[in-house]
Parts: sequence; C-alpha cells; structure tokens
Amino acid sequence: MSAEKPAGVWRSSLRLWRTRIGIALVLLLVGVAIVGPWVAKFSPSEFAGTPNTRHVPGTWLGTDYLGQDVVSRFLHGGRSILWMASVSTLLGFVFGAAIGLIAAYNRGRLDDVLMRGMDILLAFPQLLLALVALTTIGPEPWLIITIVAFTTMPRIARITRGAAVPVVERDFIGAAEALGESRFRIITKELLPNVTGPLLVEANLRLTYSIATIAGLGFLGFAAEVNAADWGQMVQENRTALTVAPWGTLLPAFAIALLTVGTGLIADGVSRTVAGVDRGRPDA
Amino acid sequence: MAGAPYWGASATAASSTFMGIFKLIVRRVLLGVVTLLVVSFAVFALTNLLGDPVHRMLGRGALPEVVKAKRAELGLDRPFFTRYFEWLKGLMTGDPGNSFSNGSPVMDIVGDRIKNSLFLMFVASMVSIPLSLFIGARAALRRDKTFDRVTSNQMLIFAAMPEFVVGAFLTVLLATNVWHVFPATSRIRPGQPPWSDWKGVILPAITLTLAVTPHVSRTMRAAMIEVLESDYVEMARLKGLPERAVLWRHAFPNAVGPTLQVIALNIAYLAGGVVVVESLFNYRGIGIALRDAIPVANAPIVQFIAMFIATIYVVCNLLADLGAILVTPRLRTRLQ
Repeated sequence: MSAEKPAGVWRSSLRLWRTRIGIALVLLLVGVAIVGPWVAKFSPSEFAGTPNTRHVPGTWLGTDYLGQDVVSRFLHGGRSILWMASVSTLLGFVFGAAIGLIAAYNRGRLDDVLMRGMDILLAFPQLLLALVALTTIGPEPWLIITIVAFTTMPRIARITRGAAVPVVERDFIGAAEALGESRFRIITKELLPNVTGPLLVEANLRLTYSIATIAGLGFLGFAAEVNAADWGQMVQENRTALTVAPWGTLLPAFAIALLTVGTGLIADGVSRTVAGVDRGRPDA
Repeated sequence: MAGAPYWGASATAASSTFMGIFKLIVRRVLLGVVTLLVVSFAVFALTNLLGDPVHRMLGRGALPEVVKAKRAELGLDRPFFTRYFEWLKGLMTGDPGNSFSNGSPVMDIVGDRIKNSLFLMFVASMVSIPLSLFIGARAALRRDKTFDRVTSNQMLIFAAMPEFVVGAFLTVLLATNVWHVFPATSRIRPGQPPWSDWKGVILPAITLTLAVTPHVSRTMRAAMIEVLESDYVEMARLKGLPERAVLWRHAFPNAVGPTLQVIALNIAYLAGGVVVVESLFNYRGIGIALRDAIPVANAPIVQFIAMFIATIYVVCNLLADLGAILVTPRLRTRLQ
C-alpha cells in the first residue's frame, strides 16, 4: 500500500505553479505583517494629518477616518489576523483530527456520540456564537481563537473520520492489534499517516476560512483590540469615505484578498496532488 | 419512476428497502429535531449571558423597587428553566415573545426584516444556482480547455475571499469610484417590500452569489465529469443520439443529483452570510436587526433571529442528507 506521506504530497504539490504562486503570496503578506511594524513611519494610532485626505505630506496613500496614516496602519494590521488564524486553525485541526481518528477507530457507540456532537456544532450558526460571545465577554484574542477553533474542529473531524474508516478495515491495523500495540500508537503511528492527504487539503482550506472569519469579525467591529490596526476593521472604518479616500479601504481589502487567495491556491495545489480529488489537470 | 429498478427485483426486497429508507428518514428527521432543541437551549443560555437589560433600560440610578417591578414585568424574576420552556412553547406556537426595549411583539419588529432577508437569499439563489450549474457543466465538457481553466481559477479566487472584501471591491467598482451604476447602500423603508428599492438589492445579491457559486460549480463540474465517463452516456452516444440530447437530457440531470446536496448546504450558508453582507450594504434585514439587538441585550430579538438562522441550517442540512440518500444508489442499497 502507498501511504501518502505529508512530505511527498508537499513536494509534488510544489511542482504546480498554483502552489508556488500561493506560497509566494502568503510569504509576501506574512512578511508585511512581521516586518511591517518596524518599517512603518507612524505608530498605528498616531495623528498624521487631516482625516480622509489622499495627499498628505509625509504619507504615501493619505490618511484614514481619524487622520492616521493608511500605510502605517496597513503595515501594523496584519499580525493579529495572521497569528489568531494560525493558532485557531491549528487547535481546530489537532482536536478535530483526534476526534475523527478516535471515532473511526472505535466505531460503535463512541463514534455515534462523537459525530452527532460534531453535527450539532455544525448546525449552530457560527457567526451568532461569535457575535454573542464577543459582545458578552468582549473581543479578547483567546475568545476569538476559541470560537474559530470550535467552528474548524467539526469539519476536520468529519473529513478525518471519513478518510480513516476505510483504513481501519485494512489488514495492517489488525496486524498491529495482534502485535499488541497500544491504541494510542495504532491511532498515531498506523492510522494518522494514512489520512494525511485529505487532512492536508482540509487544513489548508480551513486556514483560508479562519483568515476570512477573523477578518470578517474585525469588519463587524470585533477586532481583538479597539482602534488597534486590523485589516478587517480598517475596511469597516474607512468604507464610508470610499469616494474621497479609497486607499483606507482598498489597501487592507487587497491584503486580505491576496492572503486568502494565496492560502486558497496552496489548498488547491495540494488537493490536486492528493489522489482521488479531481479539480482539474494535475499539471495546470 | 426511473429509480424503481434499483430497489431490487422481488417485491419483498423492494419493500424491505423501502422500510429501510423510511426508517433512515425518520431517524434523520429526529436527529434534526434534537439538534434544534440543543441549539435552542444553547441560544437561550447564551443570550441570558448578554447581561441584564433592565439596568440598561432604567439606568444606574433606578430605584430598587422599580427595577424589581420591571424585572417582574419582563418575566425575568422567574427561574431559568421555567423561562426557557415557556419561550420554547411560545416559539412552537408562533409567539416568540415581546421585545425588551419597547414591549411590542417580536414578530412586529422582525417580521418584515425576515421577509427582506429571505428575498435577498432568494434572489442570490435564483441567480447562483443556474449560473453555477451551467458553469460546472460547461467546464466539464470543455475540460482543461480555456473555459474550464478561466472559470476554475476565477472560482478559486471568489471562494477564497471573504464576502465583505468582495463586496468592498464591488462597491469601488460599481457604486463609487470607477463606475456609479448601483447605490452603495440599500434604502428599504419600514413596511415597504424589498423590491421597492430594487437597485439596492443588486450589489448585496451579487456579493452573495459570488460567495456560493464557486462551491456549487466545482461540485457540478466533478459530478458532470463522472457522468460523462459513465456507460449510459456512452450508450446514448452509440445509439446515435445528437450530442446535444446526450448532454442535456442524459448527462446533465444525472449530474445535478449529487450537486443538490451542495446546493442545500450553500443555501444554509446564505442564511449566515446575509448578516455580514447586510451590514456592508446597510440592507434592512435580520443581519442589521441582530447587530443592533445584541449590544442592548434585547434577548427576545436575538433569540428569534438565531433560531430562524439555525432552523434554515438544520432544514437545509436535512434536505441535503435525504437528497443524497435518495439519489445515491450505493447509499440506498447499503440500507438493506
């Protein structure tokens, strides 16, 4: 049998141009987010000139609704989205994969209970959970991360279980059981390596959605810090001045768009190299 | 019925399969009901966390007796579970309670918002479903040719970007900076039907359409490719049927089957997606009502809208699963 080792999927997906472009886009924006705050001319909440003005001396693309420098806020605004999206996807991934693997390996009642639980989580309107929790407790980073992880987990669990159920029936699992390997070892060493392909695809897709969700929460006014620079929040703040000072909206919108398209391209590239997923020519 | 031959040759086998399907449907519906009950409890519990509306209404300096009287008036002095079951009973009998802020029935406040949101979802579905079926089918026919490549790349881009970013770009392009064709905000007056300001519906509808079209067209493309490689399509071709008839009469309907599930899931997605899109275009629907009700702890409004969205979710998921069971012979036979 040919298990799709993560390294193998990665390496072959790197032969595709879409994966390379995706990685380039993501690296570019991660670079902006990491280096940005050091090269920004102004601090994110510093007054730079008349509000909503395109040509202000000392600024590249003018000022935003409070007279802050658009470019500086853009340079400061990527970190929060990126780290929260990565951490929440990782958490959702770890718990989701664990639940999916346990459900697939044990089957029976435990499987039923776990998967029905995931179904109920899926049926709960995520946005509503986010809005109510964030209004009640306040837009804390840990809360945003928990909510997004909670919405990621059931989807990963479903995919993992679906991919793992046929593997559990295979002979080598029975052989491992006969050799007396522990359940933990069977699940992590025998089962997990055989479902990495679909899991990698799903993890990349989920990362895209986590970025979109966290940016969207920022847009709805739930950025982790009030008036901290945040790409999603910047779109909300400046969109009423779109006609006079479009960059305040456009720059963060482009940043979010390029970032999500980048992770989307990586997800697509990976999915094309995983057997059984047909989304077009493998060499496109 | 065309599906009949699948259900086994003998009458007994057919009836046992039928019972199997029936049992499965009953089980799935029950699961939907249980899910809604769990969600209703979670919604009620969460909205109770929103805080005390009485202090917000009366201010900090209110006399304790007044606060107590107001709490009694709103029914907040009773135990949590009593209130929960009363609310649940009200929901089922069509009386979701009264607004905390002005005491008028929830339905009076939310009724036409729900109509507006449903209209927006309807328009988006009516555009996106045929469009995505067409794009998916054509991409499958022109597999790896220009149409397929261009649309699949475009769809990838639209699938990745969050709605509010797509909406912001559309506003720049069509409503403010580049061309000024449509209004950037919707202006539906209270009591007026949503089409009274039809121009204001267009941009939110396009945004939602772009959000769901990629998923449906991608599924349709994959389903159509599978169908085109099937024996019966080859058979139809060998019979000498014109290609047009082969495609649209034999291949297309069979590819729509598996796509129905994704369509249902995307309609469910629209119910949540309207909240962000309405906020972006100031469209007078449930999204705006929710956004305004949460900060003032107007729990009855939040609860009702939440249950409305959750019900659409659960019903669409239910239909998707039932549809998948009925159109997939493999799943049908597994029931025996």
